[in-house]
Amino acid sequence: MPSPLRSRWLKAAVFAASLVPVAWLGVDAWRDNLGANPIEFITRALGDWTMRFLLLTLAITPARRLLKLPDLIRYRRMLGLFAFFYGVLHLITWVWLDKFFDLNEMWADVMKRRFITVGMLSFLLMVPLAVTSTTGWIRRMGGKNWQLLHRLIYPSVAFGVIHYLWLVKSDIRMPVLYGAIFAGLMALRLVKR
Amino acid sequence: MLIRSAPDLKYSDVTSKKDFLDRRRFLASAAAGVALGGPAAQAAKLEARKSGYTVAETVTPLKAITGYNNYYEFGTNKDDPARNAGEFRTEPWQVSVEGHCAKPAKYDLDSLRKLAPLEERIYRLRCVEAWSMVVPWIGFSLSEVLKRSEPTSKAKYVAFETYYDSKQMPLAKGSRIPLPYKEGLRLDEAMHPLTLLTFGLYGEVLPNQNGAPVRMIIPWKYGFKSIKSIVKISFVEKEPPFTWGIMIPNEYGFYSNVNPEVDHPRWSQGSERRIGEFSKRKTLMFNGYADQVASLYAGMDLKKHY
Repeated sequence: MPSPLRSRWLKAAVFAASLVPVAWLGVDAWRDNLGANPIEFITRALGDWTMRFLLLTLAITPARRLLKLPDLIRYRRMLGLFAFFYGVLHLITWVWLDKFFDLNEMWADVMKRRFITVGMLSFLLMVPLAVTSTTGWIRRMGGKNWQLLHRLIYPSVAFGVIHYLWLVKSDIRMPVLYGAIFAGLMALRLVKR
Repeated sequence: MLIRSAPDLKYSDVTSKKDFLDRRRFLASAAAGVALGGPAAQAAKLEARKSGYTVAETVTPLKAITGYNNYYEFGTNKDDPARNAGEFRTEPWQVSVEGHCAKPAKYDLDSLRKLAPLEERIYRLRCVEAWSMVVPWIGFSLSEVLKRSEPTSKAKYVAFETYYDSKQMPLAKGSRIPLPYKEGLRLDEAMHPLTLLTFGLYGEVLPNQNGAPVRMIIPWKYGFKSIKSIVKISFVEKEPPFTWGIMIPNEYGFYSNVNPEVDHPRWSQGSERRIGEFSKRKTLMFNGYADQVASLYAGMDLKKHY
């Protein structure tokens, strides 16, 4: 029997599930259920989901080996692109709802506010990965080069964690949790096969 | 005009009828389900006369004022205090006034509240996190209490302390801030008529998540200066340590006057999001109270004394 992971239906289900967070936000916004500061709520939620999808993407490689499920590879590109999707939405809330497209103010923030600097770095590192995510690009670049380029996800996640850590006032539990998961996933890569 | 007397705003202008009815229904069911002395008994009306110290701006809905709070003893998310402070016991409550004064005093809540007639004052509240509200507080000038204790010439500052009980506040540890929460003012700031000893909001006693049963409101300073659930007020000689200054001294200064010119190291203080509004608005010097308080800081470099 072929592995269920190869089912097109399961892939479609994972795709649909990945859209649930944003749909959820939409429904909550429509029902006025996002608290007193909905813009802050949406920005935070989208940032959180960016982080979670990045970590899920990073979890694929060790999970394939540890769970002996090589077919998980079929989900990595999709999860990575969803991380980018939520990252774009997160950035849009800042550009639109926080800065109201004021380029000068955005530039000043990126230069001056270190948590925004690293957040922007984290996002920018994702851009080439999203662009070269297609099979065509893998072919054009060659597997080795492509793989090398896609290691940029590591600094991207690291900057994402620092972005969160530098944002909070005193309660560092969430960024530390994300950082710990990231460190764990990196450690699993170093363990000998 | 910045300040005017006898505002003709009514809460009904700003609280939707649905929210109002929901609240009534909630209070009614709470009253039915809770024994005497429980939380329902605390949602008591608080009579107050109108005050001249009032801004003519749209008041923030009650639901936002009581549902979006920074009170780290009850959790660090904005909706945590509303969820977790309900069981906090505010009775009996004692406030001690001590330190460099001729007449130290211990007040129970009732006697403290009766020291002066209660006033309703609609103030702007500007959080250091760059959001703001407009709140109809009830209280009277802190000076009414301070002058009765006759501070001596050694009293240069006033230090405040919040109640702390790790049993009643099990979530406090996760916040990592040193507790009990401490704050302070210079004596002239503390004696300023705008500095409000606050017992209620929206016509009722303070909800627990807003700092029941008694808190400070200093409308020209960032919200964290307005300490909640006060148990101790002391006259001191030196600038007292305060929680956020102990925690992160380069980010939170003793004065912490609202100042659009002096950014928080990590974010701009030039603008703010008024809760309930979509666009951001410019932050005003001293939160719009410059006419009343700028003279307190004449000759001071406010970039240095942030």
